[in-house]
Amino acid sequence: MMAGRRDRAKSLVTGPEPGPETSTDASGPRRSSLLEVSDLRIQFSTDDGVVKAVDGVSFTVDRGRTLGIVGESGSGKSVTSLGIMGLHSGGNARISGKIWLDGEELVDASPTRVRQLRGSKMAMIFQDPLSALHPYYTVGYQIAEAYLIHNKVGKKAARAHAIEMLERVGIPNPQARVDDYPHQFSGGMRQRTMIAMALSCDPELLIADEPTTALDVTVQAQILDLISELQEEFHSAVIIITHDLGVVAELADDIMVMYAGKMAEYGTSEDIFNRPGHPYAWGLLGSMPRLDQARTDRLIPIPGTPPSLINVPSGCPFHPRCSYAATTNGRCVSEVPLPRSVGLDHEVACHLSIDEQRQNWADLVAQAAPAASHGEDT
Amino acid sequence: MIAFLIRRLLATIVLLIVVSAITFGIFFLLPRLAGQTTYGLATQYVGRNPTPATIHQIEQQLGLNAPVIEQYGRFLRAIVFGEHYRSGPVVAYCPPPCFGYSFKSELPVWPQMVSDMPVTASLAIGAAALWLIGGVAVGILSALRRGSIWDRLSMGVALAGVSLPPFFTGLIALELFSYKWSIFPNVQYVGITQNPLLWAKNLVLPWTVLAFLYAALYARLTRSGMLETMTEDYIRTARAKGLPERTVIIRHALRAVLTPIITIFGMDLGLLLGGAILIEYTFSLHGLGLFTIEAINNQDLPEILGVTMLAAFFIVFANLIVDILYSVADPRVRT
Repeated sequence: MMAGRRDRAKSLVTGPEPGPETSTDASGPRRSSLLEVSDLRIQFSTDDGVVKAVDGVSFTVDRGRTLGIVGESGSGKSVTSLGIMGLHSGGNARISGKIWLDGEELVDASPTRVRQLRGSKMAMIFQDPLSALHPYYTVGYQIAEAYLIHNKVGKKAARAHAIEMLERVGIPNPQARVDDYPHQFSGGMRQRTMIAMALSCDPELLIADEPTTALDVTVQAQILDLISELQEEFHSAVIIITHDLGVVAELADDIMVMYAGKMAEYGTSEDIFNRPGHPYAWGLLGSMPRLDQARTDRLIPIPGTPPSLINVPSGCPFHPRCSYAATTNGRCVSEVPLPRSVGLDHEVACHLSIDEQRQNWADLVAQAAPAASHGEDT
Repeated sequence: MIAFLIRRLLATIVLLIVVSAITFGIFFLLPRLAGQTTYGLATQYVGRNPTPATIHQIEQQLGLNAPVIEQYGRFLRAIVFGEHYRSGPVVAYCPPPCFGYSFKSELPVWPQMVSDMPVTASLAIGAAALWLIGGVAVGILSALRRGSIWDRLSMGVALAGVSLPPFFTGLIALELFSYKWSIFPNVQYVGITQNPLLWAKNLVLPWTVLAFLYAALYARLTRSGMLETMTEDYIRTARAKGLPERTVIIRHALRAVLTPIITIFGMDLGLLLGGAILIEYTFSLHGLGLFTIEAINNQDLPEILGVTMLAAFFIVFANLIVDILYSVADPRVRT
C-alpha cells in the first residue's frame, strides 16, 4: 500500500479509524510531492457533539500542479485547507494525521514553526477580500507587513516590494494606489491585493479558498487567469477550493471531490469530467450548466441536503441521497466505502463496481444529451 | 482632511450657539413662562431686604424687561466681548468670557472658575489615563483568556466597579488608606507647579476611585470588542501571513477595537464634570465640582449659568475631538 504512494496522484486509502500504520509515514520526506496530506482528521467539539469536519483525507500536490477540491458547503473542503495552514484552531479543534510540506511534517510541528512557514512557504487567499483585508491599513502596508515579517529588509524595501507586487497582479498605477485603503478598491482589485499579499514571499504552496465566489462574473475569469499565470511564473503548487465546477474545469489538473469530510473521488480533471465514478460526482456534474450542451437539457439537482457532520449517516455518508444505494444489497448503509483505484491516478470511494460505475455514467450521459455526444470515450 | 476639519469646526460653532440659546432659555425664558415677573427676577440680583426702587433700578440696569431676543444678544455679547456694568458713577468691566458677577462673592464668575479648573483638570486627566490604560489592558487579557478564572474575576470586579457609587468607594478608600493605614494622609490639592510629587501623591486616591468607576466599563467594552474582532476574517488573514500572535492581537485586533473606545472615551471626558462633583465632594477638593455644588446651594444664577455653559462647551468640544480622532483612526470616515 505504501509503495504505491510514491506516485503523485495516488492518494492514501482512508479508513474509519486512524491507522496505526503511520510508522511508515514517519519515514520522512517524499521526493516528488511538495505537499502530502495523509489521513487528515479535524474534529471540533461543540455543545451538540463532535463535528467531524475532516474525516481521514489524503492527497498530494506537486510543484506546478493545481489541485481542485470540490464539494458542497460543509463538505470539509475549507477546513482541510485551514488545517494545512494551521489556522483551524478555535481552541476546541483536534487534528490528527500527517501533513508534509516539502518534507517537513506540520501536524506535530511547533506552532511557532508553522507560523514561520505561513505566509512564506505556504500562503492562502480567502473568499471575501473586503472582509479579509484590514479596513484601517493601506493595501501597501498590508502587503509589506507579510514581506517584512519573513524577510530581513527595511520598511522602504518592503514598500517597494509591495508596489512591485501590486504591479505584478495588474493594479494600474501601483505607486499611487499603494497608499489606498481597501475600501477605495473595487472587488476585483481587492482580490488582486490578496493575491499580491499571498505571493509576496514567493510561497511554494498557494491555497485559494473560493477565490472568485464573492466577485462579479466578469472579474472571476480575470482572477482565475491571474492565478494560473502567476502559478506558472512562480512554479508553485496550488490548491483551489470551490463549489463551482467551472472554476476547477478552468484551473485544476487534479480534482478531489469531497463529501461529508471524506474523499468521494480523486482523479485528473479529465477523469472527473469525462469518467466520473462516484454518484455524487455525477450529481455535481448534472447540476452544472454547460455551454456545450443544448439548452433544453434540464439541470438535475442532487436531492436532499448535505448531512450533519455530527451524526454522519452510517456506511457511505452519501447513501441517503444516492439513487444507486439500493443496488448494493445494503452495503452502502452498513459499510464505509474505501477509495478504490479505478484507473491510473483515479480513485473512487463507492461500493458500485467499476463496470457498474461506467455503465451508469454512460446511461446518464445518454439520457441527458441523446443527440449530442461531446467526445467522451465512455 | 482640511475640508473635513473646517466642516466640523463650523458645525461645532453652530452647536455652541444652539447650546447657549437653550441655556439662556432655561435660566431667563423658562421662569417667565412659568409666571415669574421681571421684577421677581431682578429680586434675585439684589441684596437682602431691597426697596422696590432698587429692584426696579436693577431691572432697568440689567435690561431684564427688554425683549427676550435683545437680552439673548447681550448675553452672547458679554460672553464673546465682555460687558461694562454701571453701578452709579462706577463702571465695572467684566472681560470675556463674561458670565456676570456672583451674587454671593460679588466677583466676576469666570476668574473663579479658572482658579478652580486645575483641580478638576488634574483629577480628570489622571483618572482618564488610569482607566483607559487599565480598562483596556484588563479587557484584552479577559478576552484572550475567555472563561478563565482571571476573566471571571476581573469581570466580577468590573461589575462591582460599575455598580458601586464613587462616594461609597471613595469613603472606604479614605477610611482605609488615609485614616487607618495613613498611606495617603491628609488628602488635599497641591498645585503641580508647587510640588509635583505631593500633587500626584495626594491625587492617587481620587484618581483610583474615579478611574475604578469608568475602568470597569472600558474593560467590558474592550473584552466584548476583542471577542468579536478576533473572529473577523482580517484576523485570519493576519495569521495566514504568519504574523506572531502578539502582532495579530495588538496591531490588527486592538486597532479595530480602539476606534469605538476612543469615541466613548472622548464623550466620557466631556461629561466628566458629573463624576468630578462626587469625587471632589468626597475628597474635599475645591475644583469645578465643588464650585458647582456651592453655586446651586446658594442659588447663584450667574455661577450656575457659567458652569452650565462651560460644561456644555466641554461636551461639544470633546465631540469635535472625537470626530477628528475618529477620522484619523478610521480611514473610511475621511472620504
